[in-house]
Amino acid sequence: MTATTMPMDTSEPTYLTQARGALSWLLTLDHKRIGIMYLVVTSASLFLGGVFALLVRTELLTPGETIMTHDTYNRMFTLHGAVMVFLFIIPAIPAAIGNFVLPLMLGVKDVAFPRLNLASFYVWVLGALVLVASMYMSAIDTGWTFYAPYSTSKAVGSATSVGTSAMGAFILGFSSIFTAINFIATINKMRPLGMSWFKMPLFLWALYATAIIQVLATPVLAITLLLLAIERAFGLGIFNPALGGDPVLFQHFFWFYSHPAVYIMILPAMGIISEVVSVFSRKHIFGYKFIALSSLAIAFLGFLVWGHHMFVSGQSPLMSIIFSALTFTVSVPSAIKVFNWLATMYKGSIWLATPMIYALAFIFLFAIGGLTGMFLGTLNVDVHLHDTYFVVAHFHYVMVGGTLMALLSGLYYWWPKFFGRMYSEAGARVGAVLVFIGFNGTFFPQFILGSRGMPRRYYAYLPQYQGLHMLSTVGAFILGIGLATAFGVLVYAAFRGRRAPANPWGANTIEWQTASPPPSYNFHDQPEAGDPYDFEGWVYDAGTDGYVKKPAVVA
Amino acid sequence: MTGAILFANPANEGTFWFPPQASTGAEAVDFAYNFIYWVSVVSFVVVVSLMCFFALRYRRRARGELPPERTASHNTVLEVGWSIPVALTGGILFYLGAVSFLDSRSPPSDAYEISVKAMKWAWSFTYPNGHTSPNLHAPSGRPVRLVMSSDDILHSLYIPAFRLKQDVVPGRYTEVWFEATEPGEYQIFCTEYCGTKHSEMLAKAVIQTPEAFTRWLDEASNILDRLPPDEAGKQIFSARGCVACHSVDGRAGVGPSLLGIFGKTQKFVDGTTTVADENYIRSSILNPASQVVEGFNPVMPSFQGSLKDKEIDAIIAYIKTLK
Ligand code: HEC
Ligand SMILES: [Cu+2]
Ligand SMILES: [Cu+2]
Repeated sequence: MTATTMPMDTSEPTYLTQARGALSWLLTLDHKRIGIMYLVVTSASLFLGGVFALLVRTELLTPGETIMTHDTYNRMFTLHGAVMVFLFIIPAIPAAIGNFVLPLMLGVKDVAFPRLNLASFYVWVLGALVLVASMYMSAIDTGWTFYAPYSTSKAVGSATSVGTSAMGAFILGFSSIFTAINFIATINKMRPLGMSWFKMPLFLWALYATAIIQVLATPVLAITLLLLAIERAFGLGIFNPALGGDPVLFQHFFWFYSHPAVYIMILPAMGIISEVVSVFSRKHIFGYKFIALSSLAIAFLGFLVWGHHMFVSGQSPLMSIIFSALTFTVSVPSAIKVFNWLATMYKGSIWLATPMIYALAFIFLFAIGGLTGMFLGTLNVDVHLHDTYFVVAHFHYVMVGGTLMALLSGLYYWWPKFFGRMYSEAGARVGAVLVFIGFNGTFFPQFILGSRGMPRRYYAYLPQYQGLHMLSTVGAFILGIGLATAFGVLVYAAFRGRRAPANPWGANTIEWQTASPPPSYNFHDQPEAGDPYDFEGWVYDAGTDGYVKKPAVVA
Repeated sequence: MTGAILFANPANEGTFWFPPQASTGAEAVDFAYNFIYWVSVVSFVVVVSLMCFFALRYRRRARGELPPERTASHNTVLEVGWSIPVALTGGILFYLGAVSFLDSRSPPSDAYEISVKAMKWAWSFTYPNGHTSPNLHAPSGRPVRLVMSSDDILHSLYIPAFRLKQDVVPGRYTEVWFEATEPGEYQIFCTEYCGTKHSEMLAKAVIQTPEAFTRWLDEASNILDRLPPDEAGKQIFSARGCVACHSVDGRAGVGPSLLGIFGKTQKFVDGTTTVADENYIRSSILNPASQVVEGFNPVMPSFQGSLKDKEIDAIIAYIKTLK
């Protein structure tokens, strides 16, 4: 039990102080350091994507030209989408938080393949550089969806432009597969004594389901991009009708990856929410098995619904009908999770600390994101709303309102474990409120715009849409300030925050049984796993402002 | 600026949530939309009120506090039970949507047929008698079937007032139909991103009573007979989408401005030159890629087979007047 109740032993080096110097980070095999490096690069991507977003929103302040030309605008929204999707939302939770937390939750020293883990980081960096550099240099303006034949027609940019960007995404895909394989192997093989599948923390279930999707779906993206490259290089007709190809085929390929990718983005987020809601309600998660299995159900069903992006693409009406029916099946496991979180809060002891505030924001925003999904799954309504701002609003409610809120919730929750420091609760709340107001201000008006017929990816628009666009732009700046505050509070805390106890929240998953921050080897002895949601073994200790194990009653 | 001005939809543009409702199919869409809307509002209010209620009612007062009592951590009946309304709602929505969708994809056999061509960044609509116009003219109270194709890349025809949208795909025909209920002018957008001027690929659906429509078509069809060639040329120039790429005021767009080109010496990307005479303009229209003007990309579609000789003559006559 030495590891569990050990007070801060300042003589023992932590993973942060174990070795110093840039090389000790760049060549580290420690999953915690790799997680932090991922956190740095994905946050930088969020910042970059956010700057593009603000430029786009500023341009849309007026119906005509505001600050940039058509072509610049088209490049900006393409960059915004590609950076946010490929460099931020897909990797942020699994690669950054997941890398840090997964081995700790299992009570082990590292992931199954530490070298592969570091390799996946560098492959990611390479892919990111290739993607951003080529998109910037060859002025890609196809949108992040790269739809053929616009993306394959020679008139766009230079002859190889889309090819190199596709290469970037291709490389990123490998990184994603490496991490996924690593997580699957670690969870399958390295669970501690007492942790059967149904004793696993729900965050691990979520990461496991995500990893399976990554391994199965990412190769399809790679194949698509390869076909795109072959078409461009050898003039072989695959997607381009001028060469005898079929542009709708591209959409099938693209969404066969990109729809499951939506679940790559949201499942880990739901995992975080399950942890946070239970811990901050100090109550056993309600319906554990249903939540765990619903992650797998979503992962599975997620592969069967890609055609709902294509109701008006020219695919046969019969296919559209089948895809619509399948789409509604996904609503069941998603709703189950929301109901279970609410039931967990019922008669709990709810502590509205920042992680919980973000978790509640998640439920609020994800409910809107999910419910508006019903409009889009309904065939005739989708015909009206497809490719309008309604869709833009819907997926931002899911991706930003969902994934980004959960990421922030998770960062505030595990920050004490990451850096051994507490953040300022007051500052963090200000950030959270600004984020919430800014987010709704940005995206709610877009539902109205879309219903009224405003198409997406429009540089110029009819004057009747201006009021709502202005509102949306103001919201975006508030959101920007909110995010800057939220991240500022975290960064400040990492360096200057009050020392954190080993278990500030009274959680019972294994990562809280080691010191904050943990030593390089994580645990002194192999910890034993109990029920991750049984909080009764922990009591509050005013001295450290944290929770400590209840002294065992000696009979 | 007050909230009312920001949020309100101008009266002629429809209600708070919707554009005007001007086709027979629009009602079913709005019905489904409203149905989902109220289901969503109720579900959302229930979820969020429970969440807020719990967060306040069961707020932790002291850091060490545990829940006052132990409650069940699962309940299979409840958990299966609350999935049932979700699944049922899904079923209803699927049915509502599918029936009206199928309807919108199955044109009646007696529909009036208009063929639609999309190209970067203009629409052209061709009527059974061969006449072509840049806006969609159609009779009210009669089913109209649109048979659509694209000259270059993907586009999508969207008429919000008809709740109608269909991608236009190069290399195949796609079709869609509507029956307009009210004469009037309705907005047409392109909703599949198609490059630089995607947001300017606009047109109008001009709905007239059947008599007025027939009169319009008769008059519009014989402009070549009714008007002097240069004026007819001017109309054809805008009707066939040349204006999307060519200005006539000297400012270069996607293509060169045609102001004063007649009789000038043109330079091409391969270094050769030619004096712009009738033959040159004719070949520019029919075979644009053969001589690509310096400083521009070869993106102009060929009008071989889609412009008649007499129409090309008229365009040439018009271009000669641009001085
Ligand atoms: C998609 C944009 C586009 C459309 C639509 C288009 N053009 Fe062009 N056009 C161009 C471009 C770009 C060039 C210059 C490159 C070239 O010569 O092919 C050009 C060149 C020309 C030229 C030669 C100009 C010169 O300076 O020598 C003429 C004449 C012309 N177009 C006429 C027309 C007419 C008439 C139409 C309509 C029937 C039309 N174009 C439609 C893009 C377009
Ligand atoms: Cu278009
Ligand atoms: Cu377009």
